[in-house]
Amino acid sequence: MTTLALIARNRLALWGGIVLILVILLALVTPWLPLYPPNATDPSIKNAWFGEEGHLLGTDHLGRDILSRLLWGTRVSLAIGFASAVIAAVLGAAIGIVAGYFGGRTDNILMRLIDLIMGFPYILLALAIVAALGPGLMNALIAVAAVNIPFFARNIRGVTVGIAHKEFVDAAKLAGMGHVRIILTEILPNVVPVIVVAASTTVGWMILETAGLSFLGLGSQPPDPDLGSMLGLAKDSLITDPHVSYPPGLMILIIVMSINLLGDGIRDALDPRLRSGALSRPAAATTVDRRGAAPAFRDEGILEMTDLSTEFRLKRRTYKAVGGVTLAVKPGECLGIIGESGSGKSVTALSVMGLVASPPGVITGGAVYVEGEDTVGMPYRQLRALRGDRVAYIFQDPLATLHPLFTVGDQLVEAIRVHHRVSDKEARAKALELLKQVRIPNAESRIDSYPHEMSGGMRQRVGIAMALANDPEVIIADEPTTALDVTVQAQILSLLSDLRRERGLAIVFITHDFGVVAQLCDRVAVMYAGRIVEEGSTSDILRSPAHPYTKRLIACVPELGEGKRALAAIPGLPPAVDRLPDGCHFADRCPKARDVCRQDDVALMGQGGRAVRCLFPEAEVPGAPEAVPGPPVEAEPITADRVEAAQ
Amino acid sequence: MGSYILKRLVSAVPVVLGLTIVVFLIMAMIPGDPATAILGAYATPENVARINRDLGLDQPLPVRYFIWLTSLLQGDFGRSYSLNRPVLDEVWERFQATLLLAGASFVICSILGVAAGVVSAARQYGTADKAITFAVLLGISIPSFFLGMMLILIFSVSLGWFPPSGMQGLAYLGGGGFRDVAHHLVLPATALALVALGVIARLSRSAMLEVLRQDYIRTARAKGVDERGVVWRHALKAAMVSIVPVLGLQAGFVLSGAVYIEKVFEWPGVGRMLVDAILQRDLLLVQGGVVLVATLYVLFNIIVDVIQAMLDPRIKT
Ligand code: SF4
Repeated sequence: MTTLALIARNRLALWGGIVLILVILLALVTPWLPLYPPNATDPSIKNAWFGEEGHLLGTDHLGRDILSRLLWGTRVSLAIGFASAVIAAVLGAAIGIVAGYFGGRTDNILMRLIDLIMGFPYILLALAIVAALGPGLMNALIAVAAVNIPFFARNIRGVTVGIAHKEFVDAAKLAGMGHVRIILTEILPNVVPVIVVAASTTVGWMILETAGLSFLGLGSQPPDPDLGSMLGLAKDSLITDPHVSYPPGLMILIIVMSINLLGDGIRDALDPRLRSGALSRPAAATTVDRRGAAPAFRDEGILEMTDLSTEFRLKRRTYKAVGGVTLAVKPGECLGIIGESGSGKSVTALSVMGLVASPPGVITGGAVYVEGEDTVGMPYRQLRALRGDRVAYIFQDPLATLHPLFTVGDQLVEAIRVHHRVSDKEARAKALELLKQVRIPNAESRIDSYPHEMSGGMRQRVGIAMALANDPEVIIADEPTTALDVTVQAQILSLLSDLRRERGLAIVFITHDFGVVAQLCDRVAVMYAGRIVEEGSTSDILRSPAHPYTKRLIACVPELGEGKRALAAIPGLPPAVDRLPDGCHFADRCPKARDVCRQDDVALMGQGGRAVRCLFPEAEVPGAPEAVPGPPVEAEPITADRVEAAQ
Repeated sequence: MGSYILKRLVSAVPVVLGLTIVVFLIMAMIPGDPATAILGAYATPENVARINRDLGLDQPLPVRYFIWLTSLLQGDFGRSYSLNRPVLDEVWERFQATLLLAGASFVICSILGVAAGVVSAARQYGTADKAITFAVLLGISIPSFFLGMMLILIFSVSLGWFPPSGMQGLAYLGGGGFRDVAHHLVLPATALALVALGVIARLSRSAMLEVLRQDYIRTARAKGVDERGVVWRHALKAAMVSIVPVLGLQAGFVLSGAVYIEKVFEWPGVGRMLVDAILQRDLLLVQGGVVLVATLYVLFNIIVDVIQAMLDPRIKT
């Protein structure tokens, strides 16, 4: 039902369906319509024009009524097209299911065969079959069905392989069900949608093919009409009597087009990936929809965010990923932003240069000042000039974030040349220099490597080199060490720390790991559900965390590099950001939550860069409510189900 | 790279062998007495005796296959009875004309198809995207032979720009007739290209959309690469990895579509030869033509694989 509704919601698919049904109805009632007999010749009115002598669509070169032949021909073409689709789908599905279900030798042999047949340009095979069987409508049908079997077999094998190893199939086998029954009751219902999609996208094609064989004179034989053979005849008198070719040609076009529209609708409805609209193309810069004026520049740092808000707008829901974040970094300073995944820390970082994927991302408020200039709503050209030049990024998994098909040297050279007019040679020399600065051994040979030829640590060094390419003021590092093992992680951190000292870089370091923060950052902001819940100097926060959430985060950090598991030890999950609770967002997981916590929004309170968003903080913070220390937090044992729940 | 090409060539041997088996088995399905079926209208007693000797038709199936295969390997594809000339000569001559037609339209549809797909993806849901999407739908829904006929009516009959037919074969090229050949080529190559163009544009569009969501595209943007560079350099290069195999597949469709287009424009290609041969029941010609063209197609696909390997350094060569 939902599928049908989805198809119907797609306008074009709906129209396709309506037109197709009309054509089919017309074909069905043809025998009862008051038409001339399709094969009755009348030498006195050859090639009559539309409407002449009572022939609505004229006559052909033998004086036969074109309207009548068109409708009878449509019957034949539709029947043959659908029949070959059904045959190809059934046989192809059977082969695919058998191959996928039994696997091993059976699979191997069947798929080799299929590959072999797919190795032919399909028409050669069809022609060979027609040649062997002789021209004729039935043989054309067989040929078209045969050449389309491999397509179905392949698709359906793929799906079956996926299903054949699922638990419910194993359970059925254990229960002693026979292969045939398992295939019919467990496998088939699951592959039917795939068969339907494959069929709906190929029926049109098969109608074209059968018409084509008839057009060549290899399908329907005279005098019987089908759309292809009508066109074949019309071709012979094309220049003198072009009108004879219009009705059958347009009829094929209408049929195939309506089937294709409907097929696309069916595919979209049955393919969940397309259903969610996930295939949108991210725009060059995040959309900005800022109501009201931009907050003023406070001159607190080289990078300064004020009240930054970013949402994800999906069809029916809006996720407030970042809900009013205010932060600043000074030159030479390292600011850590810490939080669980989904806390909004990465979105905050990406919002700075408009890199949040859009759609669905939208920056809805606030300002981001880079050297005093607001990047929110800045014209694209200006924003692009800042990207990588003044503000550079280092991303998490460098295997995914470096282009797989360019050498690292080329990627570095490009990073330089998009901002500086230098020759290729100069840029390459600079690239080599950068690789040496990030301590890549054998930089001279490494420069021509592709990312996949390097280790994770080396790749991340390349990522850092690329960020340094234009001597930026600010580097935003989004979990740059998460994908690396502990020793490499430590190396990368010390590299970043050295670079900061040498170059006076401002670094914004996004992480979920307090161990990393302790090693690198001067100040920390803790994010929870899109907002900052506590900020202060690293030493203050580590010594006396004021927010219950921070306290727990710190309590369960065993040592550097184990952050991922440690975070799982906080009971409960962060709230879904489309359904934020009233009052304190942490209340559902907070051991000290009282009724008052859930009433009104809790403000971030404090002074001098030390602040907390809690009514009953764990430690004394000037300008915040009085401390009400809770019980000491014991690191809870990490159980498997908890880790799973957190993920 | 050299060893990779060699490896691919060697791996093509069983494919070509398998292909001959398939063709042989299909031809063995012919009902009735093979000699008269193969000869059809040309079944004089001498011809029957000759074909029985040539193909060993009195032998069991596997033996017949080996006799046939051995003569193929010696370059002997038999003699066409309707044309009374060696199959190989005829097929080779006709194939050149087809290659010209299919090749030209393959180049057209590859370049325009990929470009349309890229533009469509880059302007997703924009006017250009909608127009291209509609054109693509029209392209994959219209029978190429009908399209060809309409092109003749518009560009030959009404406008008189291009000839509707009359291509004489490649011998013309030698006679300084390059312009004439090109003139004859425009309409059929266009008609043939438009159909595959739709499929290529569609797949390029989705390949591009897939790539544009990747993290390394965000990296390119973060570096400050402008949109043109992001789309045409970063994204297209990565998308080509999935587009090139599709192009290889589409070459088969272009070659197949050529059969119809050759009839519409009376092009002296291998497709028309095959259709005529079927209608004349000249089955040796059909058999030889199919095996030869299919083998050339296998070779073409090796070229596609090699291009793919050059494009993607992650493929082990
Ligand atoms: S405001 Fe209340 S619920 Fe929220 S963290 Fe503080 S004590 Fe816990």
